[in-house]
Amino acid sequence: MPSTRTRLPRLAAAATGALTLTALAACGGTGDPAGSGGSGESGDITLTVATFNQFGYTDEMLDRFEEEHPGVTVELITADTSEAARTNLTTKIAAGGEGLADIEAIEVDWLPELMQYPDLFADLSDPELEGRWLDWKVDQATTADGRVLGYGTDVGPEAICYRQDLFADAGLPSEPEEVAELLGGADATWESYFEVGREFVASSDAAWFDGAQPTYQAMVNQLDAPYEDAGSEEPLDLAANSGVQDVYTQVLDAAVGDELSAGLQQWTPDWDAAFQNDGFATMVCPAWMTGPIEERAGGVDGWNVADVFPGGGGNWGGSFITVPASGAHTDEAAELAAWLTAPEQQTEAFGNAGTFPSQLEAQASEDVQTATNAFFNDAPVGEIFAARAEAIAGVPYKGPNYFAIHQAVQDAVLRVDVTGEQDVDASWASAVEAFNALGLM
Amino acid sequence: MAVLTHSRPGKAPPPAEQPPRRVGFSQRLGRWDVKLSPYLYISPFFLFFALVGAFPLLYTAYVSVHEWNLLGGQGEFVGLENFADVLAQPVFWKSVANTFSIFALSAIPQLALAVTIAALLDQNLRAATFWRMGVLVPYVVAPVAVSVIFGRLFADQYGLINAMLGVVGLDPVGWHSDRFASHLAIATMVNFRWTGYNALILLAAMQAVPRELYEAAVIDGAGRVRQFVSVTIPQIRATMVFVVITATIGGMQIFDEARMFDHLGMGGPSRNWMTTVLYLYDVAWGNQKNFGRAAAVAWLLFLLIVLIGLINFFLTTRIATGGGDRSTVSRKRTNAVIARARVDAQAARAAAGVNRSGTAPPGGAAAPPGAPPSAPHRTGQHDRGEHR
Repeated sequence: MPSTRTRLPRLAAAATGALTLTALAACGGTGDPAGSGGSGESGDITLTVATFNQFGYTDEMLDRFEEEHPGVTVELITADTSEAARTNLTTKIAAGGEGLADIEAIEVDWLPELMQYPDLFADLSDPELEGRWLDWKVDQATTADGRVLGYGTDVGPEAICYRQDLFADAGLPSEPEEVAELLGGADATWESYFEVGREFVASSDAAWFDGAQPTYQAMVNQLDAPYEDAGSEEPLDLAANSGVQDVYTQVLDAAVGDELSAGLQQWTPDWDAAFQNDGFATMVCPAWMTGPIEERAGGVDGWNVADVFPGGGGNWGGSFITVPASGAHTDEAAELAAWLTAPEQQTEAFGNAGTFPSQLEAQASEDVQTATNAFFNDAPVGEIFAARAEAIAGVPYKGPNYFAIHQAVQDAVLRVDVTGEQDVDASWASAVEAFNALGLM
Repeated sequence: MAVLTHSRPGKAPPPAEQPPRRVGFSQRLGRWDVKLSPYLYISPFFLFFALVGAFPLLYTAYVSVHEWNLLGGQGEFVGLENFADVLAQPVFWKSVANTFSIFALSAIPQLALAVTIAALLDQNLRAATFWRMGVLVPYVVAPVAVSVIFGRLFADQYGLINAMLGVVGLDPVGWHSDRFASHLAIATMVNFRWTGYNALILLAAMQAVPRELYEAAVIDGAGRVRQFVSVTIPQIRATMVFVVITATIGGMQIFDEARMFDHLGMGGPSRNWMTTVLYLYDVAWGNQKNFGRAAAVAWLLFLLIVLIGLINFFLTTRIATGGGDRSTVSRKRTNAVIARARVDAQAARAAAGVNRSGTAPPGGAAAPPGAPPSAPHRTGQHDRGEHR
């Protein structure tokens, strides 16, 4: 999913398929970690932590927890992609919770569907931890009746990553501050971003952004309640959803009409190759995206990060760690979860894996604030993403059907921008059809 | 056996047999032993089948008539509603069409190629094992790796194949936008992986064909192609049927390659290459999380496979029988050839008789200079030429 933090995207789909089997097999194999530590009388217990991609939790870090808590052993299980972790988690829940780790990491976009079943997770609400996280981060994992299902790990505040050299070649200002100003500074809008894009493509061979779909994703993430009614939790009729349709039309008019898009789908081989072929000049860039860019654009100079984002602040991605209620040691697991998401550990994790912390204290810490990224020409990423996180006014309401509806529209965007099968209107009609086929209305 | 001899005579004298009815426990045990043991001996198969075959099948049927959410678990009994829902979804039909298309594009060239490769490997080659193992290498490559490699080849903008097409002045192919092209690309991955595997199975069958048949065919004057068509193909008929059936099942269940053809793994924005199993996966673990419907899809797919398998079976049997007919045709011809040979031989003998009697002793060097009749002589020469 474009909305998932897929660090090894080429393998993502593959692994999901393979993992279904692995997950099923693992049901039998790892069925006992929860119980293997005995009944707890002896005090010797094993806690398993299941994460995906890179959360930045190292063995040294976990050793420290073990030292502070004698008798507790912590084991880390890492899935290679969030999709794989999602499949693993849902499959095991479907099997009655057998084989789940004591702590399961969950990505923000598939949290809503699990929030429908709060009983599956231990309530982690703890007055002592109030004020640790960004408010909206806590809200995302809090049910209507006040149960907290997960502790926030990282967030994905968005900035604009861009190619300094291509900007200069096109005769545009290229220093980060200048670029931020060029795109509209604090008042940047999508229209101003597209306007500069039109100027850019007029004097360059490269496209302005990689694809319409990530741009669309960023824009939809700025709507309060894109697809579902926040109050009643009912899905909105897509055919009458002018808010989404406006965004859809705006992004495709710019992408295809004005030819600002390179017509790429993220995480595909084409997208990978475009990094090495000067395919595009800018892209929507959540904090964690700096890793994938560096991975693909190795040897390309000129990447930088501008402290600006059209339409105000935006968040893309970020995770939580939860404690499944079926575990044998939920209390100890909750303690570990709280420890892992404490500012010190999250600061360390940011240093290890670039996952921008969701804890206020961690965000303000010296280590995070002064972090720079050598690949992005020593951009002060800590400072920039902290500023971008501050600019996030709130996050959109995402209900249980968010994923399904979002996919219908996203497919429509891809049909116009990437495969060119349909024009803007016809593809929207197909999206409405796909939405109706979901049978939600 | 002692048990047997005891009990049988016991049974033989009709009703007045009441007293010895009081058999000892060990005897009764023995009788059970005789009756039950055979079943116990073969029971592992049935237990295994019940565990991995029948139970999942029946349980899936049970799930398919219920509301069943991946996370929420079992709901109400809904009868055949799930089947109706699935059949009413256009995406399901599109996925079936895609499956057939990809299946046809993969199975047919794959089998043709596999038979050819097997036939080539069946010849006397130097380092035969090396070549035979060689064709299996693609099969050993993990599907993930295959998809990574082919993903680069079939990329739309920066792909190797489109780049090469550009070099020879052709338009790039929209591997991910054109429906047929995407099927072709996926079929290529399938073929890459499975051709060698099938070739080895066919090779094994070819190796078991008695060599005398080929010798006989050679004597009958059959060339390589003729031998292949009239001897090899009919002889490996059973294996062919097996390979076709497994290829059918595999083709109907195609998942990996289609799933990995793009990052989302949903068969593209228009579901252009979503196969039925991919659809099943999407229904169960994707956005619908509807196990009930997914189970219905599984059953529909099962029925479809059985149906296609049967059609395939009859077709291949027909083809193979056709091959058998051809072999009778060749037998007819063999008879004709033998008959002609006999005539020739007689003629030759006759000619030889003439020769021997006429110009007998002169060593045969410049054999028959002005030798008598020309006709038998010509056939004699002809005959000799054929023997060589």
